[in-house]
Amino acid sequence: MRFLPTDEQRAFARSLDAMLTAAGTPGIVRAWAAGDPGPGRALWARLGAAGVFALAAPEAYEGVGPLPAELAHAFVESGRHAVPGPLVETVAATVLLAELGDPAKRLPGLVAGETVATLALDVCSPYALDADAADVVLAVTGDEVWLAPGHGEVRVSADPARRPAPPLPGGELLAAGPAVRAAARRARDWALLATAAQSLGVGLALLDRTVAYARQRTQFGAPIGSFQAVKHRLADTLLGLEFARPLLFGAALTCESGDLAAAKVATGEAAYAAARTALQIHGAVGYTDELDLSLWLRKARPLRDAWGTPSWCRARVLAGPTP
Amino acid sequence: MDLSYTAEEEEFRAAARAWLRAHVPPEPLPSLETAEGFAAHRVWEGRLAAGGWSAVSWPERYGGRDADLTRWLLFEEEYYAAGAPGRVSQNGVSLLAPTLFAYGTEEQRARVLPPMATGEVIWAQAWSEPEAGSDLASLTSRAVRTDGGWLLSGQKTWSSRAAFADRAFGIFRSDPGPAAEGRPHRGLTYLMFDLRAPGVTVRPVGRLDGRPAFAELFLDDVFVPDEDVVGEPGQGWRIAMSATGNERGLTLRSPGRFLAAADRLVRLWRERSEASAGVTADSALRDRVADAVIGARAYRLFTAAGAARLAEGADLGAESSLNKVFWSTFDLALHETALDLLGPEGESADSAWAEGYVFALAGPIYAGTNEIQRDIIAERLLGLPKGRR
Ligand SMILES: Cc1cc2nc3c(=O)[nH]c(=O)nc-3n(C[C@H](O)[C@H](O)[C@H](O)COP(=O)(O)OP(=O)(O)OC[C@H]3O[C@@H](n4cnc5c(N)ncnc54)[C@H](O)[C@@H]3O)c2cc1C
Repeated sequence: MRFLPTDEQRAFARSLDAMLTAAGTPGIVRAWAAGDPGPGRALWARLGAAGVFALAAPEAYEGVGPLPAELAHAFVESGRHAVPGPLVETVAATVLLAELGDPAKRLPGLVAGETVATLALDVCSPYALDADAADVVLAVTGDEVWLAPGHGEVRVSADPARRPAPPLPGGELLAAGPAVRAAARRARDWALLATAAQSLGVGLALLDRTVAYARQRTQFGAPIGSFQAVKHRLADTLLGLEFARPLLFGAALTCESGDLAAAKVATGEAAYAAARTALQIHGAVGYTDELDLSLWLRKARPLRDAWGTPSWCRARVLAGPTP
Repeated sequence: MDLSYTAEEEEFRAAARAWLRAHVPPEPLPSLETAEGFAAHRVWEGRLAAGGWSAVSWPERYGGRDADLTRWLLFEEEYYAAGAPGRVSQNGVSLLAPTLFAYGTEEQRARVLPPMATGEVIWAQAWSEPEAGSDLASLTSRAVRTDGGWLLSGQKTWSSRAAFADRAFGIFRSDPGPAAEGRPHRGLTYLMFDLRAPGVTVRPVGRLDGRPAFAELFLDDVFVPDEDVVGEPGQGWRIAMSATGNERGLTLRSPGRFLAAADRLVRLWRERSEASAGVTADSALRDRVADAVIGARAYRLFTAAGAARLAEGADLGAESSLNKVFWSTFDLALHETALDLLGPEGESADSAWAEGYVFALAGPIYAGTNEIQRDIIAERLLGLPKGRR
């Protein structure tokens, strides 16, 4: 038993980190939120070229997967850098279509990062994320998968970089029958894993930035990070994240539904708690959208609730085998 | 990344399971915090040792099985899953023994470890003093040089199970010089002594539940021979601190016990849900039960990662503070959830849950309070500036 990332996994995460740092994601997020997906799409293509989407697809569809642990590493980085767009949804769409034999013949494009997909599973949400910026909008209703003809009005989200919109009804029926339900369950499992990983990344970024701020901001003649009330809150943030991390990678190894749900709860709650702490410790400057911190702050809550609310996930944990 | 066990590890697990199935007492033993329970637990430790399972991680020559950390964790999972009794020899096995492996002499190991493994000699930890709690280095009990050894005097307190134990280990001020110059961590010596030696008075102190589980020790020129000094005189602080990592970290509270407790909690919740529609409908309670399962899994996996890092030669250091805060907070939440499920029955002090709850209440206090652990996490793991202590 060696429950640690391999050297390859570490190197992969480091290379994505370097690429995303150099790309300067805050500007890309702000453009995406303003309805200009151009810079985001360019970054998307680079993520595709780095192999991120290939991790979710089997070789038969030009993927290298399924490699859930590697995917988790990649999505932690995407969260740490607040990469905008329907990344999770594209992974879920990839899994869904691969399970169904790629009825729309879209997988090679998705895997390469040339095509952006989004989807709405009726059991999760009536909205597809970022449908306005996606090339492919899928809708799963009951045991049917539809290639939607477009999307309805874009809704306002707590995170301006998330642009949910309902898929339009009708379009092309891609598949129907019990196989759709099984495929949708698999897609949802991968969405849970990827969202959990993104949450962890968001939480880590919030903690890093807040620790840096607490060391540098002085009040009463001392860095605020030397006050115990501040220290202890940050220590608790680290605790939450560090005990969520092994659940995430454990779930990536087993891919069991209860484990995935446990990882989703723990990462979602830890990241949200990190956001609350980050805001409190930054004080008023944290409550502004000028500071880039806001890009992560506003992500934590929607990610916690996307693809399986904490309550739904907890019920799923208890439905599985006991610990 | 890998969570699977080798065939040899699975064999080890199967052997432990088979032995435990054949030997674990069918009825729970009385609480080890009582005289009667203490005696019953001693017998159990002896049986465990006869089977070769009382200290699996020790070298074979002292009665162990040379088990590595992964095997030890497997053993603990089996131990608690089998409903086996709590370990009355815990202080010795998890605190003194690792210290002797690191700093003791071969003579000390050969003399101290085998009777520790069989429960013939049960050890108490004598660190805290009335005026030295979190600020342990301010301790004032003295060790004064004498012919062939040392004379101990002063007062120790909160010494777990010292009311019934045989021997104790502690730190004493052997050189008052450095402390007078404002360096209290220097000039301390780590010693082992007999709780029945002339000059020792043991006064049992009732815990929150009234059980005389810990004791105050009054020491009045208690003679300790040189061979009972652990490590170099004057190096007591460093030696003691190397063991607190064990105390806070995983060897004091293995994931096995929390996995077993979470499992029992889920069973309780299922029983109660079947019996009462109110419980079924209470989603907040259900969520807390789920959090117990999630917490136990998180701790197990966190520990697995730590074991893997240790196996690669890393030193966990301040990370054991993460463990400590996590398990103590988690244990308490788990027991509170059980009491809420039990409702009015939870009050009944002789239920295993109520006893576990009282024990869990102390978790955030002993082994370094959680406030002190959070300071360590903030300063050593996050790099925040030191504040006033
Ligand atoms: C069940 C139990 C078993 C024990 N067993 C043993 C044993 O076997 N051997 C032994 O030697 N000791 C034992 N102890 C004692 C234990 O180690 C001490 O209780 C502990 O170190 C705290 O010391 P204190 O109780 O004197 O509290 P204090 O140090 O007086 O602290 C009181 C409160 O103030 C807080 N505080 C103190 N300093 C700071 C600071 N700098 N910053 C923030 N908060 C601070 C503490 O966190 C705590 O909340 C046991 C205690 C319990 C409850």
